[in-house]
Amino acid sequence: MIHFLFGELGYNALPFYSAIATVAASVVVLGAVVVVGSITWLRGWRALWSEWLTSVDHKRIGIMYVVVSFVMLARAVIEACVMRSQQAVAYDSPGFIPPEHFAQLFTTHGTIMIFFMAMPFLIGIYNFAMPLQLGARDVSFPVMNSISLGLTSAGAVLMMISLCLGKFSTGGWTGYPPYTELSFSPGVGVDYWIWALTLSSLGNTMTGINFAVTIYKKRAPGMTLFRMPLFCWTALCISILMIFAMPPLTVATLMLAMDRYLDMHFFTNALGGNMMNYVNMFWLFGHPEVYILILPAFGVYSETIATFSNKRLYGYTSLVWATVSIAVLSFTVWLHHFFTMGQDGSVNAVFGIATMLIAIPTGVKVYDWLLTMFRGRIRLSVPMLYASAFMILFVVGGATGVMLANPGFDYQVHNTLFLVAHFHNMLIPGLLFGMLSAYHYWFPKAFGFRLNEVWGRIIFACWTGGFLLAFMPLYIVGALGMPRRSQEFFEAVYQPYMYVALAGAALVFCALASMAIQLWTSIRNRDSLRVFAGDPWNGRTLEWSIAAPPPEYNFARIPKVDSVDAFYQAKQQRTAWRAPDEYFDIPLPANSPVGFLCCVSGGAFGFALTWHIWWAVVVSALVFFGSIVLRSFNRDTMRIVPSGEVQETEENWLLALSETPPVANEAMFTTANRGLVREPV
Amino acid sequence: MAYTVEGKGPSHIGIRMSNDAPPSHKEEARAQAEEALFGFWVFLMSDLIIFSMLFATYATMTHALAGGPGPKQLFDIHSAALETIALLLSSFTCGLATLYMRYDGSVKKTLLWFVVTLLLGAVFLSLELHDFIAMAAKGGVPSRSGWLSASWALIGTHGLHVTTGCIWLLIMFAQVAKFGLDPLVQTRFMRLALFWHFLDVVWIGIFSIVYLLGVIS
Ligand code: HEM
Ligand SMILES: [Cu+2]
Repeated sequence: MIHFLFGELGYNALPFYSAIATVAASVVVLGAVVVVGSITWLRGWRALWSEWLTSVDHKRIGIMYVVVSFVMLARAVIEACVMRSQQAVAYDSPGFIPPEHFAQLFTTHGTIMIFFMAMPFLIGIYNFAMPLQLGARDVSFPVMNSISLGLTSAGAVLMMISLCLGKFSTGGWTGYPPYTELSFSPGVGVDYWIWALTLSSLGNTMTGINFAVTIYKKRAPGMTLFRMPLFCWTALCISILMIFAMPPLTVATLMLAMDRYLDMHFFTNALGGNMMNYVNMFWLFGHPEVYILILPAFGVYSETIATFSNKRLYGYTSLVWATVSIAVLSFTVWLHHFFTMGQDGSVNAVFGIATMLIAIPTGVKVYDWLLTMFRGRIRLSVPMLYASAFMILFVVGGATGVMLANPGFDYQVHNTLFLVAHFHNMLIPGLLFGMLSAYHYWFPKAFGFRLNEVWGRIIFACWTGGFLLAFMPLYIVGALGMPRRSQEFFEAVYQPYMYVALAGAALVFCALASMAIQLWTSIRNRDSLRVFAGDPWNGRTLEWSIAAPPPEYNFARIPKVDSVDAFYQAKQQRTAWRAPDEYFDIPLPANSPVGFLCCVSGGAFGFALTWHIWWAVVVSALVFFGSIVLRSFNRDTMRIVPSGEVQETEENWLLALSETPPVANEAMFTTANRGLVREPV
Repeated sequence: MAYTVEGKGPSHIGIRMSNDAPPSHKEEARAQAEEALFGFWVFLMSDLIIFSMLFATYATMTHALAGGPGPKQLFDIHSAALETIALLLSSFTCGLATLYMRYDGSVKKTLLWFVVTLLLGAVFLSLELHDFIAMAAKGGVPSRSGWLSASWALIGTHGLHVTTGCIWLLIMFAQVAKFGLDPLVQTRFMRLALFWHFLDVVWIGIFSIVYLLGVIS
């Protein structure tokens, strides 16, 4: 009976086997208690439910994605610091973390950073900004959007639960079989990993479909594809990548699950299994995935560099084609992740050359950005700082990437910290800096007040300095042959570099803390940072043409677009911010609890499968599909915002706008900025 | 900035609407239907990748018998041929149903052909179930070899899709009972039909690559 009710779950699942595990689990539980407690104390449950959890507004869904991402970022950075501390003391010594625990750390760190930090971050930013840039009122399938959020969050919750109940996988973020098969990894760890990934990749596939349809069908009239902001072009490319690259991952993880649960032989050593099938499918997903991570940052930089140089983006068309060709090429290079796994030299050569080709469109982009800045009126805002750091650091990372694309060189350094340095060099300046600048850039649009500038610069300094200290040494030790994923090492030469890397990790931790402080002080001083007028950066694209925060319907009337940078042009021609002659009722999608139900039942489904609680598997699956089927019988899915209400909201804002004093270009970062900037002459 | 006139949507996608609906509603319904259909096409492309991964896995595992039974011992080509006929016929009846829905508007005829489609789907599924049981009885269980894992997964995934299609049909009947054959129900039927034809195409792949090549080789 107990076994029926709880499956494999028992007392020994509790994290009392090591002090570090106990502390980590307590922090999670404590954090949850604090969150629940403060919501109750603030009497926030009703608002949370009706304004957030059941909301299908793309802006709110976007914000919730970013919140998930920040929580997971905090955990993964702390894990990174623990790993760095271990390696700093691991010369000829077991240090303070046993090998198995170290393996869990790099597995959760990698898995979280990719699937539960990076993906939710970029999807959240797109969700918020892309429909606004397109001049749309929402994405094409708002309820599906909230289901996607639900599935990704369910995966994230599963990751957090794994800290408290049972041990996580030790198979790395790639989870290669046969090591992750039942015979070598009998515990529940790999199952946690499988279901967390499967949930999130299903969510991501749906997001891809949603974004692609939105871009094709919901652009404002006159906005041809080649008048879209470049950020939307990157959205289109990553959507297509998600649509085609997520399924191979889903298939690979599910086949691994079938091996583990049903005793099948896809990737086992015995009875005809073939682990190379896993490796191929994983990287058929994995390489496009790295472009899903990078392209959004390219999109953000294209926006911010143009805005803060006060110039039209240089070489728009070439940037579009570069983006598209990167997306296409990304499907042709997956084999470079396993040059050493036994295929013919000529096969390696083909994939090596294909890989090097990607450097060409990427180079085109860097030149375009540089030429956008050339003779522009550059303002060193926080996003601009990130963009400049990116252009230098990313070129370094790209150069090491071209080195790795040479199979001969790869044979020497694969599986060393050189590789770890390379991909962090791409992911931190590429993905993370891009997302952080997006956060600083669009925060005022989302919440109506700017983030504190001084702290913004401190965060930037900590991230860049921390990144350089933490990862440049790894290039050296990697070239000297230090293997990745090692809990202990025996070469004295590595040791000093490990100290430097630890200092870097400490700085990164400071960056994380500064982000919390920045958010705190900005919220406290929000009145002096308000930018209700809505255009604090002298923006160029449609999202800046409305109030900050935007009304729930985004645009009172859908704008007509006849050029790239339509809003900027309108400002030049003094036709911006015109009150429409007439207001109409606006239909909006009504709130729906389906996304939340899918989140809960999806999470329960993954948890029940992990612990073999079969009754709960059945119940949660029924709830999941039942809620979707029931939803299809609901015809009351729209809500009307009456024209009177629209008119009142708009007139309030237009009045405030007319009373807002425009700030001089140079004073943009002071409290004089109320959301309107005077065009420099 | 100039503003657009609200409610001007893209053109027709072959959905019948009753003539008494106000024009703006019609336009809106059209635009939404078009988005939904396009989205569903995109979903099918994604689903196709799932099948292509399964096909690729199958292809690499054709020799991974591990001393166990192979296609010659396990496959009943007659049963597979019957399944093919049932599924192809069901695609035809599904096509008839959509034609009636779009150009005739008769609820009765539309439903009749969708019911026939459902029955043929059920025939297909029972034959397939029978095949699986027969295979297992001969020792061809999925845990026996890599090849068997790959075939069960490929055929089984297709079977699960057909099952989903059948349940979806049942749900649609309930929707017709509740709402009649209104535009929203029609677009759902259109998507269901796309799904159904898609499964037919995949099955042709399975029949030729798994069954035919299996018994020939
Ligand atoms: C914040 C600063 C970061 C630090 C200090 C850091 C540190 C580390 C360390 C120490 C490892 C283990 C290296 C080894 O194999 O020995 C690692 C692995 C990894 N990191 Fe990070 N990391 C950081 C940020 C990121 C970010 C932003 C991402 C991705 C978006 C990321 C993705 C990964 C991945 C995928 C692995 C490989 C995990 C595996 O071996 O399976 N990291 N990181
Ligand atoms: Cu790659």
